[in-house]
Amino acid sequence: MRKTLMAAAAVAVLAGAFSAPAAEAKTFRWAFQGDAQSLDPYSLNETFTLGLLGNVYEGLIRRDENLKIEPALAESWEIVEPTRWRFHLRKGVKFQNGNAFNADDVLFSADRVRADGSDLKTRLAGVTEIVKVDDYTVDFVTEAPNPILNAEWATWYIMDKEWSEANGATAPTDVTKGKENYATRNTNGTGPFMVVSRETDVKTVLKPYDGWWDNANKKHNLTEVVFTPIGSDATRVAALLSGEIDMMYPVPVQDMNRLEKDPNTDVLAGPELRTIFLGMDQEYDELLYSNVKGKNPFKDIRVREAFYRAVDVEAIKKKIMRGLSTPSALMISPFLFSRSDEFKRPDYDPEKSKKLLADAGYPNGFEVGMDCPNNRYVNDEKICQAVVAMLAKVGVKVDLLAQPKAQYFAKILRPKRDTSFYLLGWTPGSFDSWNVLYNIIATPADDGRGKFNVGGYSNAKVDELTAKILSETDAKKRDQMIFDAYTQLNDDWGYIPLHQQGLAWGKRSNVSLAQRADNQFMLYYVKVN
Amino acid sequence: MVAFIIRRFIQSLFVMFVVALVSFAMFQFIGDPVNQMVGIETSLAERAALRERLGLNDPIVVQFWHFILNAVSGDFGISYQHKRPVADMLLERLPATLELSAVSALFSLLVGIPMGVYTGLNRDGFLAKIFLTISLIGISLPTFLIGILLIFVFSVTLANAPPISVFGLFAIDPSVLQLPSFGRGTVVEIGGWRTGLLTADGLKALIMPSITLGLFQLTLIMRLVRSEMLEVLRTDYIKFARARGLANRAINFGHALKNTLVPVITITGLQVGSIIAFAIITETVFQWPGMGQMFLQAVQNVDIPIMAAYLMLIAFFFVIINLIVDMLYYVVDPRLRVDTGKAAGHG
Repeated sequence: MRKTLMAAAAVAVLAGAFSAPAAEAKTFRWAFQGDAQSLDPYSLNETFTLGLLGNVYEGLIRRDENLKIEPALAESWEIVEPTRWRFHLRKGVKFQNGNAFNADDVLFSADRVRADGSDLKTRLAGVTEIVKVDDYTVDFVTEAPNPILNAEWATWYIMDKEWSEANGATAPTDVTKGKENYATRNTNGTGPFMVVSRETDVKTVLKPYDGWWDNANKKHNLTEVVFTPIGSDATRVAALLSGEIDMMYPVPVQDMNRLEKDPNTDVLAGPELRTIFLGMDQEYDELLYSNVKGKNPFKDIRVREAFYRAVDVEAIKKKIMRGLSTPSALMISPFLFSRSDEFKRPDYDPEKSKKLLADAGYPNGFEVGMDCPNNRYVNDEKICQAVVAMLAKVGVKVDLLAQPKAQYFAKILRPKRDTSFYLLGWTPGSFDSWNVLYNIIATPADDGRGKFNVGGYSNAKVDELTAKILSETDAKKRDQMIFDAYTQLNDDWGYIPLHQQGLAWGKRSNVSLAQRADNQFMLYYVKVN
Repeated sequence: MVAFIIRRFIQSLFVMFVVALVSFAMFQFIGDPVNQMVGIETSLAERAALRERLGLNDPIVVQFWHFILNAVSGDFGISYQHKRPVADMLLERLPATLELSAVSALFSLLVGIPMGVYTGLNRDGFLAKIFLTISLIGISLPTFLIGILLIFVFSVTLANAPPISVFGLFAIDPSVLQLPSFGRGTVVEIGGWRTGLLTADGLKALIMPSITLGLFQLTLIMRLVRSEMLEVLRTDYIKFARARGLANRAINFGHALKNTLVPVITITGLQVGSIIAFAIITETVFQWPGMGQMFLQAVQNVDIPIMAAYLMLIAFFFVIINLIVDMLYYVVDPRLRVDTGKAAGHG
């Protein structure tokens, strides 16, 4: 008995030595699969990097929980002439180092975002001149009318001119110059949180900024935020289950069930803005990686329809995405186009597919190579494998090459374009159809149009509509043109849209937060109860 | 001796040169760094310009020449992804990897040798059989799986387990024994060296990763000691010692174990290099902020400056360790002092 007691005492002592210090009130710990690449807000146009920085920096506008534009550093704006937008800046805003915010900072940020080394130059594409009217009024002059000028400005963050100049950070880091930039590891925004410490890829600690202009309406109750990247899926799930972290994303599809069943954890799932689709090469005269010589079967509309009808998106949703996807008839999220409910996805019909192939002169199908990433989208490789199996049923033999994104994109993107059939995902950064039409549907041209139209789908009518949509300011007319363009694309069977992939965030049950469909996680919605 | 060291040193330089050359040749096949450095909206012209400015269009020989020139002066360039000097980043990560490697090496020695001695002395003992079975697991299970299993048991299960009542007297909450599933815990910085060895949660964070990393070496050392012990125990001088009536303890530890340690030291020395290099997997599972984890991310993102510098550093470690081991041979084995040509053959 005495021995047991001693053993128990030893365990208790050991336990005391090993127990973690009591958790601070309202410290919020969260994890993502990677880290922001840099704290410089203009160094990379990527969702996570910009999302994390969106807690520290702010743009002239911001997006609310439902992605509606709302005023941020600009209180209001108006279109004075079709090519001139006037922004009235918010007064009394202070950067986190105490400097005042005014029109000079906006002008400075506009120069910096267009400097060499910036990856966000497109934020001000088409802006020819920026005029300081007074300290709190700035005009943006565009070369052509642009109804969605500020659509992407929620992630064009305004930096402090004085701070950047004092620290030699007036231009974004240019890796080719071989010198680190102060803004890579230091921040000075106007946003609700400030960076306390940061070790790249290890830990970033933030705390609320007491001087935030919108503190009166703040929704969060945090006193400290600790962000840790956790790359391994299994470890990230384990850390949430064990309570070491309060929130993490993405949740691997296969672990959703487990987190839902655990009484201490929840999964927040919703559709993401990204559309996953299959592209077919319609540009080369002879199809690459195929046994069909001297011609390109995809130039035949019947072959494209046959491929479309051979893919069973419902099966992909059920078996591979485990319900976490929304089959799509459009190349844009239904969330981002008001008339999307007027489109219906053509039925899965393998019999008709076989008949179409026979009509096109391929009664026994043909062989084609397929390219697929294996670490870019949710279950990307598995989707491709399923497509291969589905096409085999109608007689098409697909040779799949699934590779990591680094090799994949180098192979399929222009100028190399070494592919005949591929899977890609697209989220329009501006949340608007023009971006989709211009980048992936319009005929590729030297000026950058159709840059990601890898398969080279081309229809003059769509090109014409795309150009008009850019400068049409009447919303109803504009939507009609967008509608016409998508209809034409679908009539041509130009692409095979598969689905909107789902977002899955995991959290402890005592945490409440808002999940935005653009997959940006904003700390000012977080409440720890 | 001096001539030997100089000769080895020149050979080492040659080895590192070859490593750099081979890794540069491989970088051609891992994808395009530019697409990983820019967002999706960056135009093709800008991508092409960036590629040109990074020198990626130069012939491989020219790129290699630039790299060697800079590396000689200690400049490994700027990380494509993080936009920070690679040398700084590696130095920041070095302590985490070295501490983890040292603790796992220590763990495998301190546990492996006694287990080996025990199984050697009690060949048919029940406990010895259990040890051998466990060692089979250590050799056959992949590191990744061992790490995940440990996390599952000591992080997740313990965190959610109900309190255990001890004879109805008092309850022990198993969650106090819970170990962190990721990271290094609290670190203290001493002269630029970030150590996790000085805080309670830093030490706690070390337990599972070092067991995961050291398990394979532990089994190796245990089996080595065991077979050496079995061999030595059969030799004449042990029989003679027994005939002299020496105590068992003196024979087993004073004579037998001592003679088994020569190969153990050699193997351990050589394994230290592998531990550092293969920490990649353990570091990934436990999100251990070491160099291996950084290397793996660099591979995914085609961050050539980090990959090149890491491979050079690992090659450097191997070369240094081999050099030390060779010199130890030289000291330990008198025969090599006569036949120096043979010593060089050991590398």
